[in-house]
Amino acid sequence: MEQTSNSRNTGSVINDFSIQIATVNGSGSQSANAILMRAIFRMGIPVSGKNIFPSNISGLPTWYAIRVSERGYAARKAGIDIGVALNPHSAREDALAVSPGGVLLAESALGLGKLRDDVHCYEVPFSRLAEEVTDNFRLRRLLANMVYVGALTRLLSIDPAEVDAAIRRQFPDKAGAVELNLRALEAGRSHAERHLEKTDPFRLEPRTLTRGRILIDGNGAAALGAMFGGCTVASWYPITPSTSLMEQLQGFMREFRTDPRTLKASFAIIQAEDELAALGMVVGAGWAGARAMTATSGPGISLMAEFSGLAYFAEIPAVVWDVQRLGPSTGLPTRTSQGDLLSCYFLSHGDTRHILLLPATPGECFDFAQQAFNLAERFQTPVICMSDLDLGMNDWVAEEFPYPDHIPLDRGKVLREPDLGAMADFARYLDTDGDGVCPRTLPGNRHPAAPYFTRGSGHNPKAEYSERPGDYARLMERLARKIRGAVPSLPPPVIADGAGGPVGIVAWGSTHAAAQEARDRLREEHGLETGYLRLRSLPPGEDTVRFLERHERVYVVEQNRDGQMRAILQIEFPAAAARLRSVLHCDGIPVDAGSIAGSILEWERKGEDHGE
Amino acid sequence: MASDKPRPGAPNRAGLTIEAYKGRPSTLCNGCGHDAISNQLVRAFYEYGIDPAEVVKFSGIGCSSKTPAYFLGRSFGFNTIHGRMPSVATGALVANRRLKGLAVSGDGDTASIGIGQFVHAMRRNIPLIYILENNGVYGLTKGQFSATADRGSRLKGGGANELPPVDCCALAIELGCGYVARSFAGDPKQLSALLKGAIGHRGTAFIDVLSPCVTFNNHEGSTKSYPYLKGAEEWLHDVGFIPYFEQIAVDYADGTTREIALHDGSRLTLGKLEREYDPTDRLGALAKLRASSEGGTFLTGLFYIHGGKPDFTELLDLDDEPLSALPPERVRPSRGAFERILARLR
Ligand SMILES: Cc1ncc(C[n+]2csc(CCOP(=O)(O)OP(=O)(O)O)c2C)c(N)n1
Ligand code: SF4
Ligand SMILES: [Mg+2]
Repeated sequence: MEQTSNSRNTGSVINDFSIQIATVNGSGSQSANAILMRAIFRMGIPVSGKNIFPSNISGLPTWYAIRVSERGYAARKAGIDIGVALNPHSAREDALAVSPGGVLLAESALGLGKLRDDVHCYEVPFSRLAEEVTDNFRLRRLLANMVYVGALTRLLSIDPAEVDAAIRRQFPDKAGAVELNLRALEAGRSHAERHLEKTDPFRLEPRTLTRGRILIDGNGAAALGAMFGGCTVASWYPITPSTSLMEQLQGFMREFRTDPRTLKASFAIIQAEDELAALGMVVGAGWAGARAMTATSGPGISLMAEFSGLAYFAEIPAVVWDVQRLGPSTGLPTRTSQGDLLSCYFLSHGDTRHILLLPATPGECFDFAQQAFNLAERFQTPVICMSDLDLGMNDWVAEEFPYPDHIPLDRGKVLREPDLGAMADFARYLDTDGDGVCPRTLPGNRHPAAPYFTRGSGHNPKAEYSERPGDYARLMERLARKIRGAVPSLPPPVIADGAGGPVGIVAWGSTHAAAQEARDRLREEHGLETGYLRLRSLPPGEDTVRFLERHERVYVVEQNRDGQMRAILQIEFPAAAARLRSVLHCDGIPVDAGSIAGSILEWERKGEDHGE
Repeated sequence: MASDKPRPGAPNRAGLTIEAYKGRPSTLCNGCGHDAISNQLVRAFYEYGIDPAEVVKFSGIGCSSKTPAYFLGRSFGFNTIHGRMPSVATGALVANRRLKGLAVSGDGDTASIGIGQFVHAMRRNIPLIYILENNGVYGLTKGQFSATADRGSRLKGGGANELPPVDCCALAIELGCGYVARSFAGDPKQLSALLKGAIGHRGTAFIDVLSPCVTFNNHEGSTKSYPYLKGAEEWLHDVGFIPYFEQIAVDYADGTTREIALHDGSRLTLGKLEREYDPTDRLGALAKLRASSEGGTFLTGLFYIHGGKPDFTELLDLDDEPLSALPPERVRPSRGAFERILARLR
């Protein structure tokens, strides 16, 4: 590893390493890890945390991977520089996973001390120290986590005042919990001070790199975006990893969207009986003029297929967040993936092609959550936001969001009573402006010409039942034109060093973090310059095809098995199809930069022979 | 009881003639029960003087679900997807709580593919009149049994149904629906009174209307044919309706009639037939339905009523203004709120 060899020269590795904490789920390590993350963040050092957890409530192994990186790299780092072992069931594997030259901080009772002679090993009796803090059995288990935070505070030179503050913030209004956690922290810290002689090179030093930044998960950011984007109806059915989006939305809405005088809500959040009903309610609400959304994950997307087609065809705004996870049913529901792209793009039966937004950061989750409503209402169609477990449920350092004055609420072409004026007849699906977007009226409009009958079956411009081939063909042509016409209004791709050259890289969504880092590595370690394009929406536009044409070989990096984005780009831009190659990762663990760089190098070395 | 309904050519209380309540010409088979129900809906809304601009129609998929195109042409309507109408209605009525929902579904649409959404709609008590046009078969897919087919009833092409029927009235009562009735497309007078009662009720009103499919389920051996139902119908009571705007005092002979006051001040009158029946007694209603289905009778009337339950929009504490009409400043919190949130994340 580069950093370790680096450290041999300078003697220490500062602000650039990974910590992986192995515990049992349900043991309360989550708050300890959050405290650790926040303290490092508050020291001004960029940090990211990835919770790798089982689909289980209590008792199975769980890992929390923290990465500190002065360069701001937030992707998972391959290799564990510092391993913290607390889980007896996975102890041996956890100890063996630490990179040579790294640190193993282990519960003494696990007896791992002699296992490795190529790592710096520190043993601490976390449980016994927790026992000294309290004799409440349940609390001991929880507090053992704060004991390791205490030991790390000492070993890594974390600012104790920041840990203190993070504890107080983690347990607001719970003086008892604060007190106990502080004592457990101190027990770990002073034990380390007295008994551990630091031999490893890893250290934190305060910086000012997180000034003007916040620490937030993508789901929280999306929830905030939805609230500030004027969401009025949200309907959902719980499914990991989307649940925390809706639960945070509910929390924010109750606090900020309830009238303090009347106590009346300017929103409705409905827990539906399933995802069919969740999207059905959104479609009904969107039809009636609400800004309506739902959030789900793969299995829910499957159940939403029929309604997606109805909304596309009957031209009803709807916002869907797909926080992607792996596999069907009980596959690996708590692991990340980008495997729903194709199914979402074409979700439903018949000819559909939806507008997809592809956020890569919490900032974009916030932004796109608002834009999604605007686009859905403006183009009267479903808009699907493709997040994933890594982006949605993990904490990321993000630029502070600006107050969204710059994103006014766009309610689209809605004709109110005065707009209808003396009109005797209103034709719902008449393309009066030639852009494929037909003005609509909303139920409750009392103008006699306003009402129409919405149907999924064939209809003519006057919204009358029609099975005429010409009516259907014209409608489908207009819908295609409408969606194509939406492309210039979608978030454009972000292009870096895109002037052209032999190698281009395309990524989307949360893969961005690792792709960016991979480019740095390719350049710095292998002298390979690459152009970069990050898609932020579908359908793709001109910028994208130009980029593809400017590069001889374009690596499309994504976290699924079959190269779904590559397939879409090949469908959309057949002339560029042959240039596209897939760099894929799909094992449920967020992709790291090294494996992307490695695959690209391998392709480049083997040239055209590389088997596909 | 004399009630001077407007003559069809004359304007009603909303200033509209009956023409304003009609829709497009029906494309259903001649004599289809569903058309008879559409006609009663047109009359009921006209006679009640409801402004069609306040009504939104919903349906699923099926011959029955096509019918909202054939009545209340001046109301917005949504012909949704098979079995999922209740969720769309829920979303729309939550988005605009000033609207009055009127839904039509079929027995396939409700009791087969849509049983889940039906059940949850009944639980939520959304402000919706839910009419089940029940013919025991899937009309639109040419006559297969639905889940309301009676045991032993025979298909046109032969074959008897072996499975017990779903009784949607019993389910609705069980799940807390506050207005549950059964009627017959061939009994316009009773249907009209029950429809008007549903209009005057607040919350979900469910009416299971037996509505023969003349093309696929009107033969000998079917228990959903016109002749069979005509012969088997038994009134639970003689249902009448007095709208709130006709506050006529009526004298009934002692103990012969029970009056039920509705939310808007209208009254349903239940002329007692042979024995006592208390439509506010939930368990009694369920027992009655059970006895009727076991005895093979076709009982019609108002089985259960319970007014005053908060509807779903009240449970959600919704703003009085429709959510769909809230101005931007009501749906985007202030810069101050935004700053407070950011401070927590720093
Ligand atoms: C998802 C789906 N499955 C199947 C169908 C086909 N289909 C259309 S109508 C219908 C049955 C309708 O029966 P019912 O609700 O009783 O209405 P009726 O025609 O008898 O009035 C079926 C199965 C469909 N439209 N959608
Ligand atoms: S098939 Fe049956 S239900 Fe359908 S329209 Fe004809 S008679 Fe009515
Ligand atoms: Mg039917």
